Amino acid sequence: MTERTLRGKVAIAGIGETIYYKHGQSPDAEFKLALQAILAACEDAGIDPREVDGFASYGGDRSDAPRLAAALGVHELRFSNMHWGGGGGGVAAAVANAGAAVHSGMANCVIAFRSLAQGQFARYGRANSLASVSGDDAFLAPYGLMSPAQRFAMKITRFMTDHDIRHEALRAIAMASYHHAQTNPRAVMYGRPLTEAKYDASRWIIEPFHRLFDCCQENDGAGAVLVVPADRAKDLPHKPVYLLGAAQGGHHRSAAPVHNAPDYASAHFKTVARNMWEMAKLGPKDVDIVQAYENFTGGVLLSLVEHGFVDPSTANDVLSLDNLKFDTGKMPMNTSGGNLAECYMHGLEMVNENVRQLRGTASNQVADPQVAAVLGGPMVTPVSSLVLGTEATL
Amino acid sequence: MSTALPAGLPAPAIEPLTQPYWDGTRAGRLVVQRCRGCGKHQWGPEWVCHRCHSFDLGWEEVAPRGRIWSWQRPHHPVHPALNGHGPYTIVLVELPDADAIRMVGNLLCPPDAPVSIGAEVEAVFEPHDAATPPYTLVQWRLVGQSAPA
Ligand SMILES: [Zn+2]
Repeated sequence: MTERTLRGKVAIAGIGETIYYKHGQSPDAEFKLALQAILAACEDAGIDPREVDGFASYGGDRSDAPRLAAALGVHELRFSNMHWGGGGGGVAAAVANAGAAVHSGMANCVIAFRSLAQGQFARYGRANSLASVSGDDAFLAPYGLMSPAQRFAMKITRFMTDHDIRHEALRAIAMASYHHAQTNPRAVMYGRPLTEAKYDASRWIIEPFHRLFDCCQENDGAGAVLVVPADRAKDLPHKPVYLLGAAQGGHHRSAAPVHNAPDYASAHFKTVARNMWEMAKLGPKDVDIVQAYENFTGGVLLSLVEHGFVDPSTANDVLSLDNLKFDTGKMPMNTSGGNLAECYMHGLEMVNENVRQLRGTASNQVADPQVAAVLGGPMVTPVSSLVLGTEATL
Repeated sequence: MSTALPAGLPAPAIEPLTQPYWDGTRAGRLVVQRCRGCGKHQWGPEWVCHRCHSFDLGWEEVAPRGRIWSWQRPHHPVHPALNGHGPYTIVLVELPDADAIRMVGNLLCPPDAPVSIGAEVEAVFEPHDAATPPYTLVQWRLVGQSAPA
């Protein structure tokens, strides 16, 4: 039997994004932002947008695939896919789903994208003002547990307490994103540096581990990548960036109701990371750059631990700003500014950044990288992650 | 009696799947799902037992005691009812007498009180009699402490 894998079978041939805006500041409608990012990805790939025959997104994206296909005049739609789950849990999965469609022959040229205009639509960090709530929320919202930060905070409290990890480790994660944004003109936080003093003085969102700068901003914009068969990518303008491994899902009952997941103090990557490394035939030591989705810095810590990048017993030492910088760090992380400081595009901006890094065209270019990972939105279910590589890794 | 949080937060919808729990809290009893197939407790309510796949899920009273498994203290108000209220404490409570199921509630304590994982807590039933329909939440206080006024 032939091996069932996506390793080296598909490539990202084009990347695109809009201008990134603070939330509510986009002059354009969300659907228009999606169109702009998709057209930019096609142009980058040197492919006529009418040749696109599939769209994959996640997190309840409102830019409907059939409408995109009609608006762009694509010749035929062969694949439309929305990944289950909220926020950025599906970012790597959307790319992988596009890749699976392409590799299986269901489609030839698939866009994976995310579009967000939170001025046009509701913000994530505000609760609905409903008189009554049902399902899980009936056991949470009456106690003032409503926002994403609040849904995840007790995982982080438990993990940090169990392993004696200091808040300074989370500060380093926030500092790395802001540090990299200062030399990335696309970043929303370009020109707005973060200092340790500013972080330490920032207000509590949630004790004991969520200060203001531990929490993602909300933004408007869109990002897109174009996924094609590996063979085709060789004839296109850019150096192909290959998908080496991808996985999505969650461990046993990670979505158990009312915070009853047996392994609770987790980002839900324990099985997903194993499956991704297995497909990639790589491990964390092989990775040159990691983009780790920050909804909250505590989630980044859990993601890094569960993918094998950080041992909890040394997290206080390993998670320092110097160690995470693109040029001097042993583990360059969130090299474009990430969700915290480039743009909260639900991690799609991290996929684009890794493609730039592996092409050698990033603002904060790591020296000669071959392998780059994206750890998608943590602590939701399903979560997803992927690892990309240059031709040399095949 | 006073409530842990200000009025105006969402009320729990009483649904067919969850009604026995809310009937229990109105009567001052902590009642949760217990499978008649395998005898194990599960929470939150679901139509099927996740262990043995029996649909024959009964409801039984459990001891209203547990220990703090984790906690958080939100400061930033995410709902209009919480504007100006200040920090409050949410606990995740494990019930050792009911197969270690966990419940979420507020810890009745001052907003700057230290909170310890593992601390023993007991349930405090908090009626919302003026609501339509009325309902009763389950709050928690450290064992050996009377509820703050
Ligand atoms: Zn059972």
